[in-house]
Amino acid sequence: MGWNRKVLRVNLTQGTCKEEPLNMEWANEYLGSRGLSAKYLVSEIDPKVDPLSPDNKLIMATGPLTGTMASTGGRYTVTCKGPLTGAIACSNSGGFFGAEMKFAGWDMVIFEGKSPKPVYLFIENDKAELRDASHLWGTSCWHTEEQIKADHQDPLIRVSSIGKAGENLVLFAVVINDLHRAAGRSGVGAVMGSKNLKAVAIRGTKGVSGIKDFPAFLKATTDAKKVLADNAVTGQGLPKFGTQVLMNVINEIGALPTRNHRDVQFEDASKISAEAMHEKRESDGKSHLVTNAACFGCTIACGRISQIDKNHFTVKNSPQYWGASGGLEYEAAWALGAANGVGDLEALQYANLLCNEQGFDPITFGATVAAAMELYEMGVLTKEQLGLDAPFGSAQALAKLAEMTAAGEGFGKELGQGSARMCAKYGHPELSMSVKKQEFPAYDSRGIQGMGLAYATSNRGACHLRGYTVASEVLGIPVKTDPLVTDGKAELVKAFQDATAVFDAAGICVFTSFAWTLADVQPQLAAACGDEWTMEKLNAVGERIWNLERQFNNAAGFTSKDDNLPPRLLTEPAKTGPAKGLVNGLDKMLPEYYKVRGWTPDGVPTAETLERLGL
Amino acid sequence: MKIGFKLFASLTDHLPSDRKGNRIELEVGEGTTISDLIARFHVPERSAHLVLVNGHFIPPAQRASRPLADGDELAIWPPIAGG
Repeated sequence: MGWNRKVLRVNLTQGTCKEEPLNMEWANEYLGSRGLSAKYLVSEIDPKVDPLSPDNKLIMATGPLTGTMASTGGRYTVTCKGPLTGAIACSNSGGFFGAEMKFAGWDMVIFEGKSPKPVYLFIENDKAELRDASHLWGTSCWHTEEQIKADHQDPLIRVSSIGKAGENLVLFAVVINDLHRAAGRSGVGAVMGSKNLKAVAIRGTKGVSGIKDFPAFLKATTDAKKVLADNAVTGQGLPKFGTQVLMNVINEIGALPTRNHRDVQFEDASKISAEAMHEKRESDGKSHLVTNAACFGCTIACGRISQIDKNHFTVKNSPQYWGASGGLEYEAAWALGAANGVGDLEALQYANLLCNEQGFDPITFGATVAAAMELYEMGVLTKEQLGLDAPFGSAQALAKLAEMTAAGEGFGKELGQGSARMCAKYGHPELSMSVKKQEFPAYDSRGIQGMGLAYATSNRGACHLRGYTVASEVLGIPVKTDPLVTDGKAELVKAFQDATAVFDAAGICVFTSFAWTLADVQPQLAAACGDEWTMEKLNAVGERIWNLERQFNNAAGFTSKDDNLPPRLLTEPAKTGPAKGLVNGLDKMLPEYYKVRGWTPDGVPTAETLERLGL
Repeated sequence: MKIGFKLFASLTDHLPSDRKGNRIELEVGEGTTISDLIARFHVPERSAHLVLVNGHFIPPAQRASRPLADGDELAIWPPIAGG
C-alpha cells in the first residue's frame, strides 16, 4: 500500500495526541506528502485564517515512497498557510526525519491549536506525547536536537525543530531537521513558533510494511537506481559538485540576479562557485568542501559538507562554528552572495551556518538584505537605522545582519519581516524582489523567460521548486529550449509544475527528475501502492494538486493581479549578457498559461476543469 | 585572434595545470571552430554537453561548423544540474 494508513492528530491547546485512520479516498486522489497534506489542510482550515493564529494548522506528512528503498525516499513536507505569503505553504525537506516518521508507523502528524507553554512532541512508534520544552525554548536547532537526544539517552532519535527565528516569528523561519536539512520556504517555522511547538522528535523501529508487491518493488527501485547511476548528472555531476555548479553557468548566460536584480551578472561569481569550493584556500591550504552527503535512501548524494576558515573574521573568536557542517548549496550561495554583491565564500558559509543554527531561510534572508543594501545606497536607510554601513558587497554587513536576524535584535527584527514588508515600510515596495511576498531564488527571469511565468504562478510565491524550467531552458533536460523566448513556455511551465507535484507527493526528491521522468517513478509507485497507479492517473494527480492549491489561494483572497513580477523585471532591461535589452515577457505568457490550465482569463479554474479533475 | 576559453566542473582538469581559475586566453587562427578546441584540449565529445559562446547555447550540430570570432568567450560544461 505504501501508506501506514495512520494519522496522528495533536491538539496543542488541549495537549492531546489521537490516532485516526488515513483518509484513503483522499490518498487515492492526492497520493501523499505535499498533495495529501494540502487536501487535509484545505479541508480543515478557513483560507482567510491568520497564519500565526491557533486556527491555522501545521501538517508534517510523508509520501508512500518515504522510508522505502526507493532512491531519495526520505522526503517529508510541512504544510500550513504560510505567514510570509498568506498562500498555501508546502515546504519539503530531506535528511532522515521523514523516513523515521514512517518507521514509527505514521503517515502524517496534524498539529492544531496552540500550546499554553513551550512543548515538543515525542513519538516512539505507536506512543506519542507532548513534553515540556521550557529548557529548549530560546535555544538553537542544533542545541535542541542534541539536548533531546541526551534527555532520552538515544542518539538515534530524529528531530525537526525551530530555532530562535521560529520562536521570534521571523516570517521566513524554517523547520530544521538533522542539523542542516530544512523545510525552508514560506515561514513554516514561524507557524510552529506561534503554536509554542519547539520540536518533533521521533524514534521509529517498525520499518516500512505494506508494500503491495515486494518483488516488483525491488525490481522497479533497482531499475530506477540504475537510471540515476548511469546518468551523468545524477551519477557524477551532482555528487561531485553539488547544486552550486550552476553558479558559473547561470552567470555566463546572464541570469544571475546580482545586487537586488540591478544586474544579471556577478563579477565574483567564480569565487562563490562549486569550483571554488574545491580550491585550496591560501590561508590554511584546505579546501572549503570536506565531503558530499546523502539524505535517507539517496543514491545521488548532492549535499555539501564544508568547513569554514578558522581565521576568517566571522568565526575567529567563535570555535563553535569551526567544525564541518552543511552548505553551501547553490541557492544559499547565490542569495547570501551575488544577490548582495558579496564574493567572500567564508562569509557566505558563516551566514548559512547561522541560518541553519537558528532556523531561517537563506533565500529570503539574503534577498531581504539585498533590498536593505539598495535602500542604504539610495540613502533611504541610514547607518543609524541599520546599526552599520551596508553597501552592496560588504561581507561585514552580511555577517552582522545575519547575527541580528538570528538573535532578533536591532534591524534584524525588520529584516525578519521579509523584503516586501520592509520595502513597503520604507516607501519603496517596488524594490522587493518577490512574488506574493516571497523572494525570488537564483534565476533572473529576464535571462530565463519561462521562470518568470513559473514564479508568477507558483502557488507558494516565488519559487524554483514548483516548476523548474531551468532544466529545459538552460540545461537541456529533458530537451533544450531557448531561454530568451516566451513561445511555448506556458505549456512547459504547466508540465513542470504538474510533474513536480507528483514527485513531491510520492515522497521522493525532485532532483531525481534530472534523470527520471514520471515513467520511471510510475513502476515504483505501482509496485508500492497498486497497479491502479498508472501514468494517466499520476498526470491527473499532479494537475489536481496544482488546482487544489490554486483554489485555496483564490479563496484566501489572491487574484490574477498577484500572478505578477516586480516592475524591475518587467520594465528595466538586463544590462549585460545574452539577455541584454530584454525584460520578462510575462504579459505574453500569462494569458496563454491560463488557457492551457483550463482557467478563466482571471486565473480561476473553470467548472469544466474542476469537474475533469474531480475537484 | 584572441578568445577566452573556459572549462568547468570535471572538465577543469583539461585546462593547463598552471591555470588560475577556469579561464584561459587563447590565440587561435581564423576559422577555428568549437570542435577544434574541444579536440585540442582532449575534452571527450560526450562530456562537452553545455557549450556556450558569449552565453548563447550552441547546439551539437553547429559546433564543427561555427567559426569563433575575435573576443568570443567559449565556455563548456559536462552534464550538470542544480536547484
